[in-house]
Amino acid sequence: MPFRRTLSVLTALPLVVPSYVGAFLAISALGPKGLLQQMLSPIGVESLPEIYGLPGAAITLTLLSYPYTLLTVRAAFRNLDPSLDESARLLGHGSWSTFFRMTLPQLKPAMAAGSLLVALYTLSDFGAVSLMRYETFTWAIFQQYQSAFDRSIAAVLSLVLVLFAVLILMGDGFVASKGRFYRTGSGSARATNAVRLGRWRWPAVAFCVAAVVAALGMPTAVLGYWLVKGVSAGEPLTLVWSATLNSLYVSLMAAVAATVLAVPVAALAVRHPGHLSRLFERVSHTGYALPGIVVALALVFFGSRLVQPIYQTVWVLVFAYVVLFLPAALGSFRSSLMQVSPKIEEAARCLGHGRISVMLSITAPLTRSGLLMGGALVFLVTMKELPATLILGPLGFSTLASRIWSASSEAFFAQAAAPALMLIFISSVPLAILMIRDRSRQ
Amino acid sequence: MNEAVLQCVGVTKSFGDFVAVRDVTFDVSRGEIVAILGSSGCGKTTVLRLIAGLERPDAGQILIRGEVASTPQRQTPPDKRGIGMVVQEYALFPHMTVRQNVAFGLNNLSNDQKKDRVAEVMSLVRLENLQDRYPHELSSGQQQRIALARTMAPRPSAVLLDEPFSNIDAGLRSEVRRDVEEILRVNDIAAVLVTHDRDEAFAIADRVAVMSDGELHQVDTPEAVYHLPSSKRVAQMTATCDFIEGVVLQDGTVDTEAGILAYDTHSSDIEPGSSVELVIHPDDFGIDENESGAMIVQAREFRGDATVLMIALPSGATLRCRQDSHCAITSGRRVDLILNRPGPFAAFSV
Repeated sequence: MPFRRTLSVLTALPLVVPSYVGAFLAISALGPKGLLQQMLSPIGVESLPEIYGLPGAAITLTLLSYPYTLLTVRAAFRNLDPSLDESARLLGHGSWSTFFRMTLPQLKPAMAAGSLLVALYTLSDFGAVSLMRYETFTWAIFQQYQSAFDRSIAAVLSLVLVLFAVLILMGDGFVASKGRFYRTGSGSARATNAVRLGRWRWPAVAFCVAAVVAALGMPTAVLGYWLVKGVSAGEPLTLVWSATLNSLYVSLMAAVAATVLAVPVAALAVRHPGHLSRLFERVSHTGYALPGIVVALALVFFGSRLVQPIYQTVWVLVFAYVVLFLPAALGSFRSSLMQVSPKIEEAARCLGHGRISVMLSITAPLTRSGLLMGGALVFLVTMKELPATLILGPLGFSTLASRIWSASSEAFFAQAAAPALMLIFISSVPLAILMIRDRSRQ
Repeated sequence: MNEAVLQCVGVTKSFGDFVAVRDVTFDVSRGEIVAILGSSGCGKTTVLRLIAGLERPDAGQILIRGEVASTPQRQTPPDKRGIGMVVQEYALFPHMTVRQNVAFGLNNLSNDQKKDRVAEVMSLVRLENLQDRYPHELSSGQQQRIALARTMAPRPSAVLLDEPFSNIDAGLRSEVRRDVEEILRVNDIAAVLVTHDRDEAFAIADRVAVMSDGELHQVDTPEAVYHLPSSKRVAQMTATCDFIEGVVLQDGTVDTEAGILAYDTHSSDIEPGSSVELVIHPDDFGIDENESGAMIVQAREFRGDATVLMIALPSGATLRCRQDSHCAITSGRRVDLILNRPGPFAAFSV
């Protein structure tokens, strides 16, 4: 397929567009008196289909979260054993039949895992649904928290939300326990062959390009429009710099803290498997299922009652990020550690090196890329996290996310444009590096 | 060949309820190669890991150069033992060049000394020109020799080799094996080698330790474990063989269907009149075609360098007889057995 490499990076990039940015762009472009309508009004179009509510929220979240499924399924595709497909062909199955009876079933676990990620993401999403005025649990919780003095209603709603998340995760466990990928031989893996698409080439490219345009191109274009409009209207850009620095600061802290904490947990789980270490690892994964707003509320209760001195400081905020995103760091370091055979460490021990020396000279260099990758992931998701940032951020501490939110929830789209562009730009850098590294290893 | 470099005394190791190694006792002298022969899962790798200090014994003790290194209570860490180990997968460090891999164990040397020693062991394994390669750029035979070079570099007092030849192409295996043996012999190093391949064990080892289900059954020279196995189990593990029953006579022979045969044994409870089984190897008997013979050729298997005939005895028991490649006797023929050697044959009581 033409442009394979470029498209493989571009199709994953919508990950960096925060849902609330996507939503405000959709509203400003497609909503009432939005850009599209302004363009169409000369030819007599007076109103567009309603964007607010379920359709808008669904479209926005679908466009921005599809990379989760894309990435998991793509990884699974890469790991498929080509000899299985070849055996199917040799047993008399055509390419379609092989695809449906051999390839697709093997991808099922990955597709399920990806879908569940999307489900969790959507369940805990707060920004897009709020802007689209679609009343979900996260929105209701935030309303209760802001308006009511009695926070027990928010707490009850949070518990229900957690219950949903747990149900989704149980579904994940169900699928994962049944799905396994097997390679037939223990020998070194042969790379999967690329399929020649023939005349399907251009439709395939068109489909990928359409996805990229809808999820990445349009948002950037609309953002650019608002930026130009804002700057020409005298919108000050200086405010963005301090917010950028704040965002970088907390995201870096969260990335470092999550990475540092991931090391012992993963080491325990991989090198000393047992009931206790498994429990430890499970507990570390809860952040995965907990919506950000729930963690934030829990920390508000906790912070305002028990640890008053650090409540309303950056530390609580970073702690929330770590709770939420530790699983990302953990997963990536864990898989890189699993690839280092304990035999290698043992061999180093037998050559006269002590435990610490082996860790520094053997284990650390071999797991470095996994560690970096986990840190980069945490950095990326922290940059765009919204509800915890809103609730736990110290007074007057504005980040890119909180500035975008405050501007766009008041419909000052031009004000939101500069921080949004900055946010997308900063988070694309680590993601693009990750993707390129990942490919160069193949 | 007298001072014991390694001694295992009554070593036992369990994983949960599973006893992987039970009461293992043996020793290895300076310059001696001992092969532990056993099928997979019999505990032989665990023995190596115990010696290397990677596992702690539940009972017994391990001595290195006469000093206690492992007891259930106390154990010297692997990096303080001066024991080298080459594992089946070689475990070369993928992020280091060959030179860095080999120098890894040379902690206490100056840079110049390191360089000299690396050059020395690299020439020992005859791979001087590969020092700047990375492990994945080497063939498995080269990786094997680098792993050995890395292990030898710090001058260990003993080397442990876990299935060292199993990842090497069959065609190269005997050549690599001879190289390894020569390196060990020239450096007068004690070695314990673990293998499931009896030909390999016989070819390289001074003594073979036959192991199954976590226990050592017999530790002896290759000739002894082959010709005079201590049990039926050992006989089956060390050779292709058949068993023939008989009754012990007064003069130290056994009366069998295949004739009266001399016997030898490890067991003490064999006396005239008792029933025994004798171990018969395929080359112990020759055959003669004879239309009135009591034996029948039941099956014939052409092996290229030999022809193996399956001979049915009157009782229904069968013996394999190895004939030369041009042997034309076909199945169904009646034959007589002719003793190729006077014996004795290893006997076990039934």
